[in-house]
Amino acid sequence: MDLSTRYLDLTLSSPLMPGASPLAADMNTVRRLEDAGAAAIVVHSLFEEQIVQDRLSVLQATEDPAESFAEAISFFPKSDGYRLGPEAYLEHVRRIKAAVDVPVIASLNGLTPAGWTDYARLIEQAGADALELNVYFVAADPTVSSAAIEDRVVDVARRVKSAVEIPVAVKLSPFFSALHHLVRRLRSEAIDGLVLFNRFYQPDIDIEALETTPTLELSTPAELRLRLRWLAILSAEADRTALAVSGGIHDVGGVLKAVMAGADAVQVVSALLRHGPQRLAQLRADLVAWLEEHEYESLAQARGSMNLARCPDPVAFERANYLAALTGWNAANRPLDVL
Amino acid sequence: MTETIKRLVDGNEAAASVAYRCSEVVAIYPITPASPMGELSDEWAARRDRNLWGMVPQVVEMQSEGGAAGAIHGAVQAGTLATTFTASQGLLLMIPNMYKIAGELGPTVVHVAARTVATHALSIFGDHSDVMACRQTGFAMLAAASVEEAQDMAAVSHAATLRSRVPFLHFFDGFRTSHEVNGVTPLGDDTLRALMDETAIAAHRQRALSPDHPVIRGTAQNPDVFFQAREAAEPFYEACPAVVQDVMDRLGGLTGRAYRLFDYFGHPEAERVIVAMGSGVATARRTAEHLATAGERVGVVAVRLYRPFAIAEFVAALPPSVRAIAVLDRTKEAGATADPLFLDVAAALLEARAVGLGAFGVRAAAEPVLVGGRYGLSSKEFTPAMVRAVFDELARPQPKRRFTVGIRDDVLGRSLAVGPDLDIDDPRTTRAVFFGLGADGTVGANKNSLKIIADESGAHVQGYFVYDSRKAGASTVSHLRFAPVPIDAPYLITSAGFVACHHLPLLERMDVLAPAAPGATVLLNAPGTPQQVWDGLPQEVQQAAIDKGVRLYTVDASAVARDCGLGRRINTVMQTCFFALAGVMPAEVAVARIKDAITKTYGRRSEEAVRRNHAAVDRALEHLYRVPLPDAVSADRCRPPPVPQEAPDFVQRVTAAILAGHGDDLPVSAFPVDGTWPTGTGRFEKRHIATEVPVFNADLCIQCNKCAMVCPHGCIRVSVCPPEQLADAPDGFISLAARGMDFPGWRYMLAVSPGDCTGCTLCVAVCPAKDKANPRRKALEMRPVAEVADTLVRDFDYFLTLPVPPRDRVPPTLKQVQLFQPLFEFSGACAGCGETPYIKLMTQLFGDRTVIANSTGCSSIFGGNLPTTPYTTNADGRGPAWSNSLFEDTAEFGFGIRCALDQLGDEARALLTHLAPRLDAALVDDLSAPKADEAGIAEQRAQVAALRGHLQAMGDDSAAQRLAALADHLVRKSVWIVGGDGWAYDIGYGGLDHVLASDRDVNILVMDTEVYSNTGGQQSKATPMAASAKFAIAGRPMTKKDLGMIAMAYGHVYVAHVAFGAQDAQTVTAFREAESYDGPSLIIAYSHCIAHGFDMAHGLDQQKLAVNSGHWPLYRYDPRLLAQGKPPLEMDSKPPKAPLSTFMANETRFRVVERTDPERFKALLATAEAQSRWRERRLRFLAGFSPADAAE
Repeated sequence: MDLSTRYLDLTLSSPLMPGASPLAADMNTVRRLEDAGAAAIVVHSLFEEQIVQDRLSVLQATEDPAESFAEAISFFPKSDGYRLGPEAYLEHVRRIKAAVDVPVIASLNGLTPAGWTDYARLIEQAGADALELNVYFVAADPTVSSAAIEDRVVDVARRVKSAVEIPVAVKLSPFFSALHHLVRRLRSEAIDGLVLFNRFYQPDIDIEALETTPTLELSTPAELRLRLRWLAILSAEADRTALAVSGGIHDVGGVLKAVMAGADAVQVVSALLRHGPQRLAQLRADLVAWLEEHEYESLAQARGSMNLARCPDPVAFERANYLAALTGWNAANRPLDVL
Repeated sequence: MTETIKRLVDGNEAAASVAYRCSEVVAIYPITPASPMGELSDEWAARRDRNLWGMVPQVVEMQSEGGAAGAIHGAVQAGTLATTFTASQGLLLMIPNMYKIAGELGPTVVHVAARTVATHALSIFGDHSDVMACRQTGFAMLAAASVEEAQDMAAVSHAATLRSRVPFLHFFDGFRTSHEVNGVTPLGDDTLRALMDETAIAAHRQRALSPDHPVIRGTAQNPDVFFQAREAAEPFYEACPAVVQDVMDRLGGLTGRAYRLFDYFGHPEAERVIVAMGSGVATARRTAEHLATAGERVGVVAVRLYRPFAIAEFVAALPPSVRAIAVLDRTKEAGATADPLFLDVAAALLEARAVGLGAFGVRAAAEPVLVGGRYGLSSKEFTPAMVRAVFDELARPQPKRRFTVGIRDDVLGRSLAVGPDLDIDDPRTTRAVFFGLGADGTVGANKNSLKIIADESGAHVQGYFVYDSRKAGASTVSHLRFAPVPIDAPYLITSAGFVACHHLPLLERMDVLAPAAPGATVLLNAPGTPQQVWDGLPQEVQQAAIDKGVRLYTVDASAVARDCGLGRRINTVMQTCFFALAGVMPAEVAVARIKDAITKTYGRRSEEAVRRNHAAVDRALEHLYRVPLPDAVSADRCRPPPVPQEAPDFVQRVTAAILAGHGDDLPVSAFPVDGTWPTGTGRFEKRHIATEVPVFNADLCIQCNKCAMVCPHGCIRVSVCPPEQLADAPDGFISLAARGMDFPGWRYMLAVSPGDCTGCTLCVAVCPAKDKANPRRKALEMRPVAEVADTLVRDFDYFLTLPVPPRDRVPPTLKQVQLFQPLFEFSGACAGCGETPYIKLMTQLFGDRTVIANSTGCSSIFGGNLPTTPYTTNADGRGPAWSNSLFEDTAEFGFGIRCALDQLGDEARALLTHLAPRLDAALVDDLSAPKADEAGIAEQRAQVAALRGHLQAMGDDSAAQRLAALADHLVRKSVWIVGGDGWAYDIGYGGLDHVLASDRDVNILVMDTEVYSNTGGQQSKATPMAASAKFAIAGRPMTKKDLGMIAMAYGHVYVAHVAFGAQDAQTVTAFREAESYDGPSLIIAYSHCIAHGFDMAHGLDQQKLAVNSGHWPLYRYDPRLLAQGKPPLEMDSKPPKAPLSTFMANETRFRVVERTDPERFKALLATAEAQSRWRERRLRFLAGFSPADAAE
């Protein structure tokens, strides 16, 4: 069965790959993922904010107590000896690149304009075949408009695209009021792909201690639905951008739904964290078996078959509320002055 | 070949750079002020710097200086070039090996940053008492007098030891030279290679111990041959001075810097000559040259090679015109005919006369007057005015035969009167003094400014930095000189053209304007408008500013730094203003250079730090304002007195003077003769270093007392009393109904001392009482000190007047233990210290009956460093008696105290038995039986008082008189042996082990910070795997030593592993059990520390994580349980819930390893996890193992 796909200008043996996660932090796991049929390795993100934090906190921890007491002019070895920048990440990308035959997609979460472009270049130099931009801002600042936030996303994409030659994907959050419009703007910046969607740490509340606790639960299959809708909408566009799904893929059904909704690539994280890298091989085998059982010629046949342009009931993807009397109702019946 | 480009280094780096490159094995151990030499060597080895032969030397940390000496002895025997660095007590520990190495003619060099040897007190500062204790070892001794000489004499030592085979002790003055930053023309590798004799190296290798050509060395010899064999080495000593001179000549040829064994400076026909050694030479030389230009016939002989003492060369160095010689010793040899250098000079002159050497051989009439003076002990300033005083003394018809200079000796009257300051600096010298706060970056910025000025203007520069004796809120004073000529002025600046005060509150306690010259520029970091700044100055400062006509400027550097995200680090702002005002270079050039320097400093480490600092530079001058001086003082307040008026006489006379910065002016008579000082002085010094302090939200308080428990400085106090005792309470003084059944009807109070608080916030962190509607608000919350201080001070002062609850009424629960008065308060420990809460707790529980033997380290510094000390007394005048012996002998020292107390107790009880027939039988019975609980002890103390009454009635009966003197020993005394992991795991382990193996009732408290904290974060055997520390920059590869398991192996030792931040109740239980156990007890107490690299406000959270992750299991091993048939080991912590990585992730010491080399970290972490699990399971296995199991 031909499972091949094109994603970020890369021809991949299948759409299945691990998503950006701690999975790729361990070289042994990386090799096992490749053995399990990963079509590409997506590396966890290089977090510029983490680098800034690390460096500032190490400076603070080492400088603050220094030069104040005669017996201890300092309390740490000279911090010039520590590599707190992107070196370790870049080295890791290089090591993965050397260890596997499949493409390596690095991931970057920048903070400053210079950080986005400088680190993107370094990642390219380290040998990454493509780059995923992990763009997300919590819009907690009441003075920043949604337009301004979208501008920042587009600006980051533009800067990075102009800085590197390798294909660039933007990993988006679902929390945009006009996602489709934003995607068009990104496409005009010639980005090479979109990853739908990012998942985030979300604070929980400890009701005994009256404290917040940062948590990140593994995904559930239910989370796929949100992604299916946007895959279906975005993949229906002519001249569309390559699309990857991330979040909620736990079984072959999920893979098929995502592909049918238009995904070119399918990223799996929680299922692999829960069941190990071998789960990817299982998904691949199940996918082949299902396609054969249902007499598909190739996976390409299924790709986008259920998107907004081709599915029998496209309105389902566009509608926010369930309407009781569906029969006989169509888009033309909508009032013209809807808000 | 002459190298000309100067490098700015301090003396330690100058010497270590040579030592490292000339060595193959470097054995190190931290000791102030020599630690940086070992640290630098370790850093160079870590980055694979090569020695002269293209190899990375082996840099090995040992368990003590004795170990380091043994290691280099072995390394030399085995044919390598070996070196070590040390000072003071460390050097004393090397002496046995030094005899051996010298006796075997083993070429090696010991580099010493000469430091005071502890006598009546410890001192970390510089003099020659350590090196002078080695003059009999057979080592050659070569003295360097300046930073550059520390480099050059290091090179001479390494070259000369190889050729002469005599081992060398190369020394320079601790701090004054070791820590002074000055320009040095570096010795390149080629220069060093040219000095090192390859033939001599080959010969050294050939003599090495090798099974391929075996010899035996270190034999035992007998009366028939030992003597002759000892003399056999003498020709090498005869030849050594010529070798040294030859090496000096070759160095001179290579560098243009000529040195002699004894160099003479001054008037060619001098009549009055000073002989000196070390940095004092520079002061004496420059003063003599200054006076000589005015026609005074004075000069100085600098002693470089002190051992072997070359008599002929010494005599030749003296001008024939000399009529009077003053030999200056920087050491005191009590009871000797004179101090050592004097004796050598006297013997040399006698010898010269006897054998007819030089100008003194035959002309007996010309024999000069010879006197000896002592100066500069413990880095006491030695200034040009003091040198002039010595020359003036020599001009007198009958100069004092023995004198001191630099102090006022009003007891024996031997000190010289010193006239006003003598300014001998080149008139083109710019002098600047900066008063800073430890954490504000002032010293670092000044070191940076020196580089900028040297690089940009080509000026010669000098920097010297004076640090505080406290660790929290410490002040620093930087002394900077710039001049177009080399600066050879090893003394502080007393008249500066620029003075800056980087921390406004320092004006309240230091005479910041004292060093300001008339017309000087004075820069303050202060908030507010220029007028507000002026109005806020105390009268003394305003008066001094007007009298001196200073140009006063102000900048709100704290605000600029805060706005730029730099926190408290105001250094960049102040540095920019300094350059703008001091006129050493055009402001725009300075700004560019400062920015370059920032980029260079931080570029590789943090672009964000570069951005923030650049922003601070750009904004600094916008906030710089001139403060116009009015004609008259307008302030209506004076600087507060250093101690309150109610302080006792000694504190008023002595402590207050030290606090005010006038300690140098105190005469000899002011001091105790034997180092004995009163306790309880900490409370008289209010340092006001916190900007925010905790305030009490009584409506939320649940009276858990955890805040009082964790407060490292004893600033939060809790108590209970009957309501009627609060009748005179000030308005607004808060009391609550005491919770629980222990004190029904009583009131509960909590008070905070804002003047002693360091603002660490541990109390707020631990407070569990949250406002349900607004959990951010707790029963304690931090508030700006200015808003709340007056009320808090009033309430705290009133609180202290209330009687403490009777000890026998306080139940022994965790909560109520805090009702005991802490007898350890307001120490100089770091803000958020993890050690002091343990000591405070111990004093609360047992302080009224405790003698403390304290190891050297953080706890001896915050426990016993003048001017004020934290151990104090209760209302009865009882409290801990404290002493520090050494770093290495604390267990033995405390053991000796125990033996003494046991003996005196036995004697008292024997006398009691002897006198029993004449005493009340019940009284005798009660006093004979040991009592350990509070009620019993209180009862026995009352009975002792009664006994004394009976004994007095017995008149002159000698047994009664002896018992009266010993009667206090009928009441139980507790001995606590206290120290850190450097002592317990490393240098003092042998003694600790011996004491643990005894049956004596001693309590040993090891406060484990997992690193040598006091000397600046070097690894110990307590350092955990994967932690980065000095000497283990890449992360310690070895497992932490399991001291608790080792102690438990004895079976009879009480052992507890505690962490108060994780389980305070277990800590209290462990202290009680340990004290009550009649045998050796060991408490290993987890102590978070700034050397772990995180904000100490999270210290308690980290302690919890240490326990929850399995890094620090909590347990108690009580041998008494064996007798009850129970397992003696009880686990107090649950099996680990979190991976070790969660604990490590929050601390810089681990994180830097993870970020730098993730793979290595992962491997270390995996091993550490495995070992942690193994230890946990082993402990749990033992915890389930009872005597019954053994019987089966």
